[in-house]
Amino acid sequence: MTTLPAQTERKLGLVIDLDTCVGCHACVVSCKGWNTENYGAPLSDTDPYGKDPVGTFLNRVHAYEVTPQDNAPFTVHFPKSCLHCEDAPCVTVCPTGASYKRTEDGIVLVNEDACIGCGLCAWACPYGARELDALAGVMKKCTLCVDRIYNDTLPQEDRVPACVRTCPAGARHFGDFPDPDSTVSQLSRERGGIELMPELGTRPVNRYLPPRPRDTLQGCADPAPATDPSTEGLTGFLGWIDRTLARF
Amino acid sequence: MYPAPSIIVFTTLSGLGFGLLAFLGAGVILPTGLAAFVWFALGYALALVGLVASAFHLGHPERALRAFTQWRTSWLSREAVLSTLALLAIAPHAAGLVFWATPVPVAGAIGAALCLVTVFATSMIYAQLKTVPRWNHWSTPVLFLLAALTGGALLTGSGYTAQMLLAWLAVAMVLHWLIGDGQFARRGTTLGTATGLGPLGRVRQLEPPHTGGNYLLKEMAYVVARRHSRVLRVIALTLACVLPSILLWTAPYSLPALALAVVLHLAGMVTQRWLFFAEAEHTVALYYRG
Repeated sequence: MTTLPAQTERKLGLVIDLDTCVGCHACVVSCKGWNTENYGAPLSDTDPYGKDPVGTFLNRVHAYEVTPQDNAPFTVHFPKSCLHCEDAPCVTVCPTGASYKRTEDGIVLVNEDACIGCGLCAWACPYGARELDALAGVMKKCTLCVDRIYNDTLPQEDRVPACVRTCPAGARHFGDFPDPDSTVSQLSRERGGIELMPELGTRPVNRYLPPRPRDTLQGCADPAPATDPSTEGLTGFLGWIDRTLARF
Repeated sequence: MYPAPSIIVFTTLSGLGFGLLAFLGAGVILPTGLAAFVWFALGYALALVGLVASAFHLGHPERALRAFTQWRTSWLSREAVLSTLALLAIAPHAAGLVFWATPVPVAGAIGAALCLVTVFATSMIYAQLKTVPRWNHWSTPVLFLLAALTGGALLTGSGYTAQMLLAWLAVAMVLHWLIGDGQFARRGTTLGTATGLGPLGRVRQLEPPHTGGNYLLKEMAYVVARRHSRVLRVIALTLACVLPSILLWTAPYSLPALALAVVLHLAGMVTQRWLFFAEAEHTVALYYRG
């Protein structure tokens, strides 16, 4: 059913630490691997070794440069996958009922057998979390590794999403948000976890931890003048040399 | 947004078909016998060709019947249900006129109303999307409904009504463009809110997440160059509204002129619909912008 549950028993989701992520793309690779070898249609690649390789991914890592008003620019690596929104617009637009949000844990899933591949859910998602697989013709999205987190055949430490399990920097955390003692809710509380595009009213479950404040370099917040080759304003001995040389 | 030919054909032709059927159902003209057959066949054909075209962009068209199930929340599902109801409801009126030269006004009126509600549902598939601010506005359903009504008036040769509607359609088109141009900025979504990094400073893309293309870029990052959009807007307005209007003024009772007006109007509407998609900016494109 494409009607959203008024309340879900749990709100499983991710916390992604933008201060810690080093942009290694290991989560991208492990996600692609797990979701190609397990539940649902494989994430296909077209022309993978040719001139125009295109593939389906459920997780992609962007990189941004942030320039503060009074400090040097810095880089932020930005992993992006489904945020499992509480008010998921991708679910309500689905004409077939293939898209749904689970009442028990809030995970947004696609029943691939019922998907007609119209692509409207991908249009309705502000974040680009859904991709239509070119070969399978059905919509693919992050399942929060629903086939890992409840999987009794896996060792306990592996019962987390593949991206979380693989992250070498410990930048990704998985858990239940309403539980005040869960890692995700503690981190989100302490570090001021942020929602993406809150103005669109999707109420995403996943939270991003903003980069911690950087040190300000005293007196030379902007290092550019130190490398400026101009001699304007030089005084003293160097100024005298500059003026003398300029005569010739 | 990527202007897929199947979607342009779908919205243009089904709009025109349901517009014509609405006029026939409302009894604006009451042809009988073979003439009635030709009018209704044209209406049904346009609507059905449009609906079938929409199935061409599906990944699994063989499962299309499932799209009738989720009318509680989905405008796309509502559109499927309403279009079928409209085509069924108007059938007794059509059969009455073709075989017994007798209209069935109740069926006609209900059918006409359902035709217009169907066009409204089509427009809401786009107007509901908060992710595409240009569409997420009341001017979208107004534009779709006026386009369908104008097509119906032209196809039934309702000269005076057609003139009025052509003028209103022109106003709606221009309004939709002018309001649409500022919609994204008014919504306030930027790379800053998309990444949550806005409060820290100015954000720009440093490197993209992949070197190749992807589904998102192909489907949602397509935006027509501004220069071309201006020229195309003039072409759309001229073909869809101005020229048909001039033809109706200069040759009011000429059938060839009316036919030419319909063809020009259709060409203009195809251009307008192409722009409707090609000019629309989706929020996901922000993540890929420098």
